[in-house]
Amino acid sequence: MTAPARKTTPPSDDRRYTTISDMEIEPVYGPEALAGKSYEADIGNPGEYPFTRGAYPTMYRGKTWTMRQFAGFGTPEDTNRRFHFLLERGQMGLSTAFDMPTLMGYDADHERSFGEVGREGVSVSSLSDMETLFAGIKLDQVTTSMTINCSASVLLAMYFALAEKQGVPLDRVGGTIQNDMFKEFIAQNEWISPPTPSIRVVVDMIEYCAKHAPRWHPVSISGYHIREAGSSAVQELAFTLADGIGYVQASIDRGLDVDSFAPRLSFFFNVHNDFLEEIAKFRAARRMWAKIMRERFGAKDPRSWLLRTHAQTAGASLTAQQPLNNIARVAIQALAGVLGGTNSLHTNSMDETLALPSEPAVLAALRTQQIIAEETGVINTADPLGGSYAIEALTDRIEADAFAYIKQIDEMGGMIAAIEKGFPQLEIAEASYRFQKQLDSGEKIMVGVNGYMVDEEEQSMELLRISNDVERIQIEKVRARKAARSVDRAETCLAAVRDAAKGGANLMPVIIEAVKAEVTVGEISDVFREVFGEYRDPAWL
Amino acid sequence: MTERPIRILIAKPGLDGHDRGAKIIARALRDGGFEVIYTGLHQTPEMIAEAAVQEDVDAIGLSILSGAHMTLFPAVMGLLEQKGLKGVALFGGGIIPDEDADELKSKGVNQIFTPGASTEDIVTWARNNIRRN
Repeated sequence: MTAPARKTTPPSDDRRYTTISDMEIEPVYGPEALAGKSYEADIGNPGEYPFTRGAYPTMYRGKTWTMRQFAGFGTPEDTNRRFHFLLERGQMGLSTAFDMPTLMGYDADHERSFGEVGREGVSVSSLSDMETLFAGIKLDQVTTSMTINCSASVLLAMYFALAEKQGVPLDRVGGTIQNDMFKEFIAQNEWISPPTPSIRVVVDMIEYCAKHAPRWHPVSISGYHIREAGSSAVQELAFTLADGIGYVQASIDRGLDVDSFAPRLSFFFNVHNDFLEEIAKFRAARRMWAKIMRERFGAKDPRSWLLRTHAQTAGASLTAQQPLNNIARVAIQALAGVLGGTNSLHTNSMDETLALPSEPAVLAALRTQQIIAEETGVINTADPLGGSYAIEALTDRIEADAFAYIKQIDEMGGMIAAIEKGFPQLEIAEASYRFQKQLDSGEKIMVGVNGYMVDEEEQSMELLRISNDVERIQIEKVRARKAARSVDRAETCLAAVRDAAKGGANLMPVIIEAVKAEVTVGEISDVFREVFGEYRDPAWL
Repeated sequence: MTERPIRILIAKPGLDGHDRGAKIIARALRDGGFEVIYTGLHQTPEMIAEAAVQEDVDAIGLSILSGAHMTLFPAVMGLLEQKGLKGVALFGGGIIPDEDADELKSKGVNQIFTPGASTEDIVTWARNNIRRN
């Protein structure tokens, strides 16, 4: 039997050895990688500045990473059942995926929501939907991550209002809301209003949480989507940290003391296939953020220097072809995340290129993390690859290249200016196109896609299907809520949101009052559209 | 006299922001000698059909990764018919299960590309199947 040939094989003598991000790699790294470095100043023990080796001294002995699988589809009842399924099987925290209408600030019954309700996440239009979503879950017993951005202020207000209903004080509510608008304009592309007012709302939330919800992470500064959009590892890191710089500067400009909010900033990175590059990226990320916070912003509290991060395996690395192979990819990526010292992890399911994940696929993904934690032994010692010539050399190289990008963005006048020029967007599009060309030429191989293909694949996996009833049910619910509420109270609350939006007062208190009056995601987002204007895709190519 | 290049509208309907594929295809078709107009994100079927009229295109490529393909393709097709654009080729790509792709093709969508299709495959298909209107 002969192995299937590659589509094309470049001659071996001029083969380039590069990472998946096209970074050239030496045939061997040696002691020169460590030459002239001070262990204490440049690397440091785990838990010590500059945190290259990890956020905490004992790393996973002290606390295993949080296993947090992103979940959401259909009605709030559907997702509530998935939440209970995951919690009963050893998951440690919840992570909520909302549907596109919710993410874009439209109610289920809006014409723009047609065909999209409950499809890519759970549909939430009002506080009652939020109550159903968390039925049977006490909000001081779990930490919850919510992936939502331009309408994040409304969903966070709902979560806080629900805590109040459950009798849980805000200072005992823990979790994270993504709320990273910079990366929306750069890569993820969910927005309501232009960058400047969008960042103002983010800072309102940072300020509100610093004062009232000290266990809440008001922003999860995210490279994940930047990478999924096709960036290199260096671009992912550089643009993410530049976004972080943007939030810190905007919050300082608001008058906040850096140490009053910086310890609650968290991060979210991708973990892709290129094993050594990814490990080095996480190490470089911690060291760069520590330097940025201490040296650039003068933060005094060591917790402000610390980059704590969630990680998710790379959706874009998975293949629709021979989907069982995705289990191997996810396991390797997850291991890279752990060896890079991530604090929290989502492992993708093997069927995600085909549909939202089914229960057996989600379970295999969660079990992958449990196998790494329980069976591989990598949790026994912190940063086991620290001091490796190759890993230290790559960590330095990624840091230097990422700082060069940050310098360019600073010179443009910061991230809002860079976004308005299309700079990060075009850099990513370029990298993404280059990778596609490398796939087309066979310089890079994706197993099952342009090499090692099999003929006539039968798609045999049982996929999750979202019923068309979901849309009808959710439309009926939101209409019923609007009909049942006090119109006067809803209108008064909306007027208060409008006044705060126009006048510049912090929006969070008035949005919380509004959601308690069953004012909806769409209605509050409409106020943003009216007061701040609507952002349109500049369609950079 | 040189013929005008074939014009293709690459359109991104729906609310999701997944434009990596749309941008790659737009660039690959442009590099392949087509004239490409990219709508940008968050287009309604009405906006797409209107752009097709305004730009006088020969084909429309829809990129859909939201799962809403079974409502969006027929919606665009219906509007093209209403506007008398029956000769405009309609193709698309995204996360579209095989059985859905078959159904869409039986309803008149010219071609569906799924993840893993190379840009060469798509450019070649466009060369062989899209004609000037």
